[in-house]
Amino acid sequence: MLIKLKGGKVFDPAAGVDGKTQDIYIQDGKIVKAPKQDAGVKIDKEYDLQGKVVMAGAIDMHTHIGGGKGNIARILLPEDHRADPVVRGQITRSGCGHVMPSTYVTGYRYAEMGYTAAFEPAVLPVNARQAHMEMGDTPILDKGGYVMLGSDDYLLRMMTANKDQQAINDYVAWTLQAAKGIGIKVVNAGGINAFKFNQRQLDLDEKNVYYDVSPRQVLQSLATAVNQLGIPHPLHVHGCNLGVPGNVETTLDTIQGIGGLPMHLTHIQFHSYGAEGDFKFSSGAAQIAEAINKNKNITADVGQILFGQTVTASGDSMHQHANHQFANPSKWVCMDIECDAGCGVVPFKYRDQNFVNALQWAIGLEIFLLVDDPWRVFLTTDHPNGAPFTSYPHLIRLLMDKSFRNDMLATIHPEAQKMTTLASIDREYSLQEIAIMTRAGAAKLVGLHDRGGLSSGNWADITVYTEHEDRQRMFEKPDYVFKDGQLVVKDGEVVKVTWGTTHIVKPDYDASVEKDLKKYFDRYLTMKLGNFKISDDEFTEDGRGSLTEHPLKGGAA
Amino acid sequence: MAKITEVPSPFCGVGTDDLVVEVDGTTLTVKENGCAVNTPAFEQAISDLKPRINGEEVELEQAVAKAAELLANSYQPLIGGCASDVNGMRGVLAVADHCGAVVDNINFNAARRNYLTMQDSGWMNTTLAEIKNRCDLLVLVGVDLEAFSPRFFEQYIWCDDAMYLDNAAARQIVYLGKAPSGAASTSPDGAAAKVLACDDADLPELLAVLAALLKKQPLQVEAVAGIALPELQTLAEQLMNAKYGVISWAASALDFSQAELTVQSICNTVKEINDLGVRCSGFPLGGKKGDVTANQVSGWITGYPARVAFNRGYPEYDPFLYDGMAMLSNGEVDVLLWVEAFNSEAAPPSAGIPTIAVGRSGMQFEKEPDVFIPVGTPGIDHAGHAYRLDNVVALRLKKLRDSGLPSTAEVLNAIENLLQVKNAD
Repeated sequence: MLIKLKGGKVFDPAAGVDGKTQDIYIQDGKIVKAPKQDAGVKIDKEYDLQGKVVMAGAIDMHTHIGGGKGNIARILLPEDHRADPVVRGQITRSGCGHVMPSTYVTGYRYAEMGYTAAFEPAVLPVNARQAHMEMGDTPILDKGGYVMLGSDDYLLRMMTANKDQQAINDYVAWTLQAAKGIGIKVVNAGGINAFKFNQRQLDLDEKNVYYDVSPRQVLQSLATAVNQLGIPHPLHVHGCNLGVPGNVETTLDTIQGIGGLPMHLTHIQFHSYGAEGDFKFSSGAAQIAEAINKNKNITADVGQILFGQTVTASGDSMHQHANHQFANPSKWVCMDIECDAGCGVVPFKYRDQNFVNALQWAIGLEIFLLVDDPWRVFLTTDHPNGAPFTSYPHLIRLLMDKSFRNDMLATIHPEAQKMTTLASIDREYSLQEIAIMTRAGAAKLVGLHDRGGLSSGNWADITVYTEHEDRQRMFEKPDYVFKDGQLVVKDGEVVKVTWGTTHIVKPDYDASVEKDLKKYFDRYLTMKLGNFKISDDEFTEDGRGSLTEHPLKGGAA
Repeated sequence: MAKITEVPSPFCGVGTDDLVVEVDGTTLTVKENGCAVNTPAFEQAISDLKPRINGEEVELEQAVAKAAELLANSYQPLIGGCASDVNGMRGVLAVADHCGAVVDNINFNAARRNYLTMQDSGWMNTTLAEIKNRCDLLVLVGVDLEAFSPRFFEQYIWCDDAMYLDNAAARQIVYLGKAPSGAASTSPDGAAAKVLACDDADLPELLAVLAALLKKQPLQVEAVAGIALPELQTLAEQLMNAKYGVISWAASALDFSQAELTVQSICNTVKEINDLGVRCSGFPLGGKKGDVTANQVSGWITGYPARVAFNRGYPEYDPFLYDGMAMLSNGEVDVLLWVEAFNSEAAPPSAGIPTIAVGRSGMQFEKEPDVFIPVGTPGIDHAGHAYRLDNVVALRLKKLRDSGLPSTAEVLNAIENLLQVKNAD
């Protein structure tokens, strides 16, 4: 079946196309070259997209959609679900929405906003099965996960024992393959582990009381491993001191300390706080943006907060526990997990009349607007931590529409208004820049070699919008969304339910790595090594799921 | 004859995965690491292979068609039991979504004590490997742990090595309430557990006093429930001096009215100790035969744990209103679909309404159901996934033999497909 998308205004930064009117052809799920005029090829279906905006399907490179802490967040908040029940449709399952939607609703709502892929950023190796099972019940979207290391006792023991980088590389690669991930994430490096020893904070150069290891060393050794293994996605870093006033210094130090290695700083808004002013809380956005602009090895997603009820779900048990008194409603969960990691789930209500929350909002926007290169900054709310993913169209409007932004700014806590430079920033994101942040750049960052672009050879994940001055309206309801060439959304509603693939990479390791690991599992852990490793058939046996392996950097597959 | 090693068990809740099972045709023998819970559950012989309608053997297709017909003609179906693997529970929820059923896990009245606490104030919990490697003080509230899990002490407490303890045998064990039924809690060095015995009904008061002592509140009493105050003072000090204290309970063992408040006392005490600058964690015991699995899967598919009604077209959760047994006895449901793939003794209640049993082969009925479809047991007859008690680890269950029995998911998906066709008509 040959489909022609005719005459749309195409924004395809991956191919350097910026708003040019051109046709796109789809065959067997992929984008193909225009058939030769005289070949007599029959077009089976044609969509007239004159005046419409055409982009690749959007990719959320950091969103908590699968795994234990998300499910804790769901079960913790029945009152939130009750306010947003989702009725079963002709082809769709029932569920619930708002801050932490059920898996089916997550898939539908992402697709209805023009998203075709989403990546879970905190897959605990020991909980990876659950993350994949939840994502396996998330329709339409492609998915994948970043596997969390850095507070696991095995790594900290290796580092304390001064194992060489090659040994660490083998362990990282083995874990990534066992847990079926596409990247490596580190959360409060070593801090989750330190919390189990009753350390309540851990600075970049502070040592774990048990292991002779600092967060800086963990970051260096994992970033080196990721780089040497050729994993396309840079080490994905949730820094030290999340949410702590003055943490901008730690973040700048983290950037300097990585010594030029590729590193992605996630939800950087939460790590860009100064400690100035009457409330000892100020914006560090300008310094952070300057550091990102200067250091080309650094990428970041913002983790924008937006006002209203949400729930924070993080692997950072140390800081989630430290913030539990802010829980709203007043209930929260923390867990230590399997000598592997931990988590904390704290419901949160960001209020525009609260000075700190209001300034957090402004800090996020400042970072978006002060980082020059849209290929190195990404649009996230760290769903659901800053706000639910369904608020992306609103966020896009804030970025694209200065007068709207300033109107909003005028309504927040007056002291916060005084502490932000936001009103003086004129920048408005262009459609092409939005397409970079949410498509081409995201695909490149995650390491998806055949997604996020519209040139031939790419999978046909395509979103079509009607251009509208109100960018929120435009982005919340696409005309068409194609997933692997199939029309899945029409006029903002799911018309076909498909099942996306799970993206992975498979870096090599020396098989002998299992010798020590097996001993460690038998001696200290509570499951057998053989039962820990996730097999391919766990993805495929239901007839819906699949695995897609992406090439490593430097051509090593 | 084949010997299969590293076999995980969905029966015991603690995620034992070191069983060695010998397979001879369809006969299983647990050769190593068995226990009073797992060995009989694995070794139980297959007796039924054929589905039945009104007691007459039929083909699977006929039984599935009859089940779909009963559900399609029901005003308010109930899916009870809900004891299976992840795919089985996915099947339960798919059928329920289609026919507007109420879904209720067999152990929800026990689990409810935990969920009411969790959804009201939250908790701070830990998992098995943390206990194995860190726990230097284990306080058991109202539970006889070795009866709950015969190998728990051997596997996780008196193990040879604990990463952070110089001497694992020096761990302190304290029982509050129920006393241990055996000597499993006695350390390899011969130190017996400390037992502060009282009736279950006295636990709320005991925990209130413990909380007061931790907060250094003045107390006038000299003894609580027959336990002298200095004993409780000692326990409070032990908790404050522990490097990694763990307070454990089993919701199913706290079987008295409003026991959720006792669970909440435990959880609040754990949080309090952490706020006082000392690490401590809670550890709920449960997870046997699919209950954690049911709640987890229901959690991600509906947003709620496994007591959910779909009759308004979307999932609604009410931990009291949708109590399946209460609905049955109140005449609020007109068809019962019973799903129980682990325990052939957990037969559907005879409710006087059309009943479909999707049950473990060998299920014995008080009254023959309208439809009985024997299914394979996850982890024996087919592969699958099951959660263990700490809500984190999902075990990859193995297929050990070829019995020809369908899985719960295959049966429920077949029923759902027929419902889909009927809906389309």
